[in-house]
Amino acid sequence: MNAGSLPRWVVALAAVGGLFVVLPVVALALRVDWARFVPLVTSDSAQAALLLSLRTSLTATALCVLVGVPMALVLARTAFRGQRLVRSLVLLPLVLPPVVGGIALLYTFGRRGLLGSSLSAAGIDIAFSTAAVVMSQAFVALPFLVLSLEGALRSVGTRYEAVGSTLGAGRWTVLRRITLPLVLPALVSGAVLSFARALGEFGATLTFAGSLEGTTRTLPLEVYLQRETDPDAAVALSLILVVVAVAVVGVAHRVRPLGSTAPSSPRPVREVR
Amino acid sequence: MPSSHRCALALAAVVLLTTACATGGQDAGSGGPGADPTGAVDGRITVFAAASLKDAFTELAGEFEQAHPGTRVALNFAGSSDLVTQITEGAPADVFASADAKNMAKVEDAGLLAGDAVDFATNTLQLAVPPDNPAGIASLADAADPGVKTVVCAAQVPCGAAAAAVERAAGVDLAPVSEESSVTDVLGKVTSGEADAGLVYVTDVRAAGDAVRGIGIPEAVGVVNTYPIAALTDGAEAATAQAFVDFVAGSGGQAVLGAAGFGAP
Amino acid sequence: MGLAFSATLAARGFDVSFELAPGETLAVLGPNGAGKSTLLTLLAGLLDPTSGRATLDGAVLFDVGAGRRLVTEPRHRGVALLAQEALLFPHLTALENVAFGPRSRGEHRAAARARALDWLGRVGVEDLARRRPAELSGGQAQRVAIARALAADPSLLLLDEPLAALDVAVAPAVRTLLREVLTGRSAVIVTHDPLDAFLLADRVLILDGGRIVESGATAEVLTRPVTAFGARLAGLNLVHGRATASGFAADNGLEVPSAAPLPADRRLALTVRPGSVTVSRSPDTPPGTSRVGAEVDDVEHRGDVVRVHAAGLVADVAPADVVALGITPGMRLFVGFRHEDASIYPL
Repeated sequence: MNAGSLPRWVVALAAVGGLFVVLPVVALALRVDWARFVPLVTSDSAQAALLLSLRTSLTATALCVLVGVPMALVLARTAFRGQRLVRSLVLLPLVLPPVVGGIALLYTFGRRGLLGSSLSAAGIDIAFSTAAVVMSQAFVALPFLVLSLEGALRSVGTRYEAVGSTLGAGRWTVLRRITLPLVLPALVSGAVLSFARALGEFGATLTFAGSLEGTTRTLPLEVYLQRETDPDAAVALSLILVVVAVAVVGVAHRVRPLGSTAPSSPRPVREVR
Repeated sequence: MPSSHRCALALAAVVLLTTACATGGQDAGSGGPGADPTGAVDGRITVFAAASLKDAFTELAGEFEQAHPGTRVALNFAGSSDLVTQITEGAPADVFASADAKNMAKVEDAGLLAGDAVDFATNTLQLAVPPDNPAGIASLADAADPGVKTVVCAAQVPCGAAAAAVERAAGVDLAPVSEESSVTDVLGKVTSGEADAGLVYVTDVRAAGDAVRGIGIPEAVGVVNTYPIAALTDGAEAATAQAFVDFVAGSGGQAVLGAAGFGAP
Repeated sequence: MGLAFSATLAARGFDVSFELAPGETLAVLGPNGAGKSTLLTLLAGLLDPTSGRATLDGAVLFDVGAGRRLVTEPRHRGVALLAQEALLFPHLTALENVAFGPRSRGEHRAAARARALDWLGRVGVEDLARRRPAELSGGQAQRVAIARALAADPSLLLLDEPLAALDVAVAPAVRTLLREVLTGRSAVIVTHDPLDAFLLADRVLILDGGRIVESGATAEVLTRPVTAFGARLAGLNLVHGRATASGFAADNGLEVPSAAPLPADRRLALTVRPGSVTVSRSPDTPPGTSRVGAEVDDVEHRGDVVRVHAAGLVADVAPADVVALGITPGMRLFVGFRHEDASIYPL
């Protein structure tokens, strides 16, 4: 569809919306002190924060895939009492302020928390550890994976799976050879979104994990702290976050759903006698 | 309310009114865009104050409004450097109360101060521990023991700089499990029981009530954090702003601040 | 042996029982919502019945009733499903699609591929083995789907309107292919096209409202239908009536003498082709014909004939005659046919 087929005011509003998102990023880039950019983003503390952020975000994404895929499958492929409620609860971290998420995690896994007190007795301390960062990130990122995957599972439907089972495939074979390959693009883009969300996580980490260089101080926390003394460093690091986020979103958009896949080599489709 | 307190308030009000008129006249002469057209102590002012001043300034604003009928004081609390960013980026503030001289200097450098900044309070550090003090901490040295989870402010923020100075003075080298970007976050880690100890301001311990226990640090007495306050040029109610500054620095303000645990400047 | 099926599904008012001998193909016909697809999903195991029992070559597909509940999983039923759309797995090549069944049954990769290639050859598309479904035309995809269903070596093949989504140009070739592969194979085919039933099925089952309204050998049902739906499928006029002293009296007033005695205690059916029904303005009844006066209900143009509806009958009339007679809806005329063109049989 080209823009000519839309009412002009729709295009105008879309442009306003686009500018609303793009302008702040441009403003951020304009504030970067390019002469100091390289030293600022390669300082020890910046490098430690970036590496920690990448490491924890990747781990959190893996965690999201590990539990999020089964969650999406259960939500999309089974029917049980209270399913609607479960779905809204699973999506809660999307609407919850991250700080509240951090407090909730604290009351669960903290030293005096619901499970944390038993864990602490067993010698496992989660607070102030890198594990706490990963948990904070996974908590806020999980809904993105579950949501995009459940939607894909529902739109793909169960017909291919039914065909597979009548052809003699067991449940695991159907899942492995039919269901998951069909929703793979959604799984990839869901995972990428989760990764992006994990990378930007701030509030829950601050509340639950604390802030210590190399252990719990991720890039967003480093930005927050640098802003106190060196706004230039904060801006430079913010730009790094923006670049990583844009790259990640770009990758996510390159993955298209299977249904829209054009033939890899266009050949004339003709009837065979 | 004790009658002596009420007398003090009335006195303060009189003093303030006179000063306000004086400064009002001065402002009218300057004729800047933010000049108060009436020069009277009335109207609505916005006060940007450091987060640690929240309880004290909330009370002070109420008293100020009572003493000056027709005034309204809107309060905005945040970390001092956040407030500086907001002010220099054009936020409509009439008064700025900073938790340290450094952040006030930034506003002054930006040419946004209407008059000189006045030091109106001081604060010192204390160790905050959970009420049951699980790690049995009695001194700063105890907080440095391996296995004790101690939380401090990061060196980039005022309370962190103060913490580093206290450590040097005491000859203790803390190995914190977290370096938070605000003193509120340090206190939160202690009240939730995650941390065994945290270096926070005396006023934070006071404000937290029963949620934490304060343990004094003798070496901290020498590391004093001074709070300056000033009226800003961008405000529309210059006379009222200056009146508020004088009220805070005056005896009525000092009584409230003292009760919250702040020291005299 | 063969298929024995009896099931009810309370939620859809479905209650159907039938048997199918080994190697026979059954065509299931009926209006929309009659329960045709329900029958297939119950057989495939994608839906469980409220009660009932079905066995295929002695193995129980389901046995559900008071105190018993045995439902065999779809993959263990030996039942393959071919739907209106090919539903080829989009992420697999044609060859991998066909090899899916054998692989799922534990065959080794090489053997499964060889079998798949063989089946692709038998349906005439071995040169498309490496293509993905998105690169196949509708007819090609349906051929691959047929190969995939048969490569699983099913004891029973279920076909759900397998030609409905195909181009009219392509459907005949695929129908011919189905006719080949269904020979000697137990199959149930749901269709709305009587041609499919004639060409592919040994027996016909007509459903309406979740129940069987007609069943029997294809030729029998389609030459001597007993329901209006069956008659429409067979392209026949059907009028109900009763026996009289001299022959048959139809409910619309027609009287047809009969040489052979007709059973007096039963309702009777008379069928006649629309092409054998004539119309005239005069009530004259030549010997060997019957006529009845009626008002024209509708006049419908159908290619090279005009279909005139009157007295519950349809008559296919040449356009020139329609003009000559000035036939319009609402006018009165006489419709009839020669006795030898009608057949009368008990319901």
